[in-house]
Amino acid sequence: MTGETVVMRGVARRYGRNEAVRDLDLTLSGGECVGLVGHNGAGKTTLIKMMLGLARPSSGSVLVLGEDPAAGAAARARRELGYLPENVALHPSMTGAETLAFYARLKRQPVARNAALLERVGIAAAAHRRVGAYSKGMRQRLGLAQALLGEPRVLLLDEPTSGLDPALRQSFYEIIRDLRRGGAMVLLSSHALAELEGQVDRVVVMNQGRKVADGSIADLRALAAIQPRIRLRLPRAPRAVANGPDAWAGWSSISEGVLELSCEESEVASALRGLPGAAEDIEIIRPSLDELYAAFQKGAP
Amino acid sequence: MIIAGKELRDGMRNRWVLATTALLAALALTLAFLGAAPTGSVKVGALAVTIVSLSSLTIFLVPLIALLLSYDAIVGEVERGTMALLLAYPVARWQVVLGKFAGHLGILGFATAVGYGVAGLALQLAGAEDPGAWIAFVAMIASSMLLGAVFIAIGYFVSALVRDRGAAGGVAIGVWLFFVLLYDMALLGVLVADHGQTVTADVLNALLLLNPTDAYRLLNLTASPDVSGFAGVVGLGARAGLSPAVLVGALAAWVVAPLAAATALFARRQV
Repeated sequence: MTGETVVMRGVARRYGRNEAVRDLDLTLSGGECVGLVGHNGAGKTTLIKMMLGLARPSSGSVLVLGEDPAAGAAARARRELGYLPENVALHPSMTGAETLAFYARLKRQPVARNAALLERVGIAAAAHRRVGAYSKGMRQRLGLAQALLGEPRVLLLDEPTSGLDPALRQSFYEIIRDLRRGGAMVLLSSHALAELEGQVDRVVVMNQGRKVADGSIADLRALAAIQPRIRLRLPRAPRAVANGPDAWAGWSSISEGVLELSCEESEVASALRGLPGAAEDIEIIRPSLDELYAAFQKGAP
Repeated sequence: MIIAGKELRDGMRNRWVLATTALLAALALTLAFLGAAPTGSVKVGALAVTIVSLSSLTIFLVPLIALLLSYDAIVGEVERGTMALLLAYPVARWQVVLGKFAGHLGILGFATAVGYGVAGLALQLAGAEDPGAWIAFVAMIASSMLLGAVFIAIGYFVSALVRDRGAAGGVAIGVWLFFVLLYDMALLGVLVADHGQTVTADVLNALLLLNPTDAYRLLNLTASPDVSGFAGVVGLGARAGLSPAVLVGALAAWVVAPLAAATALFARRQV
């Protein structure tokens, strides 16, 4: 199932004088897995809350599955929506199974399917223990289970992997991949771009309430225009570089015998071809996701 | 309804139901037997005495319990973050408020009915009792629940109004002090100082209706001739010109108005 699931036009949200989100256009489609990246306070959570109808935009319009989520009539849309809040809070005195049963009833879903869901997120063994005694990872899994109730078409996950250990994180992403294959739109928010690498097919970068970038990670690389660098080591005569032959023009010496060249992506091959046989430890350094992210946060492009 | 069920279960689990029921039963039993002891030769039944003393107890205790149950209901869930998740589900905000109200009223109703009922039954078993007083006794339990409902509704109003839990707790205690203690003292002071000049019977009636605990008091102390005779307010109800229907109406209004205000405030609240 594809098509537009979330459409935001010219959306702004102010809290007093503080502008949490300004003039933002965003369209998310089914079958997409989108990463929403930004600092703490960049407006990610506010954006998600507007999609849920918990906060009304100060201006602009939000449509989720064709309805205004803040209107009373959005009950139908909400039934097809899953939400995992940041630092999921659950009632500590209920057991895992009871919690899920409560939320399933609210969503008008058969409670009988819950056991399979608990199995899927890997806490079936702890289903009859009180949530208050759960570890952070288990609470997060239970939170994911409630978001998955009723096979939602829109899944909004606010910092879902914070506080999860790497093994858990992998199984988390596996579940998300399954959902995506089913045609759901999955929105993951995170404060680190690197965490989302390989998991999302589109990234939206937020900075101070504005959308500063929107595209695949490759698009972002091109947009950020951070040049790849070639680094190598020469066993002899580092001083030759500075006042040596033209072949080394543009290279800079960064430490004893180590040279570096910044060039366009298209020039990498020819630069490599021109290297002498004596060059050692040749590396091509592309900007890491963190560098990329930092570039967008500085507002470079 | 699902939310009501969850609230009920929550209450059971954190021993609220057990604690309040036990507290009310213990106090009611104490009052029933200690208070009834000296009435042996007087012409009032033990149950009538119990109604008078229990309704005085209720005025202090039930509003307190109701406020403690309810002050946290909205602001607490918002603060813990469970409200955001709840509202992401297909439930309207008024449904959340009414569901919680039904659940909390269930807890309080259960505690009152069982707590006081035990005392009534114990008296019944201890000695023969006239069935007439039972009607008044049941009416007393029902009106106690109504009083509880009033203060649960007020608690929600406070909870929807303030920004954090601490403030909600403080305001709730203030509300309790005001209605249960200060209002009557102030009213008495005004009456004494005024010498009936400007505060006529009608004004007094209106003032009494403006305080749900006073409405409750009048309702129970004037409910049956037997009871009012013992309470020393013979004819007060008649002279006050407030029929039970008016009093119940006032209490009902005290439930509906804060609940409606709480719902309206909550609908506009930022979660």
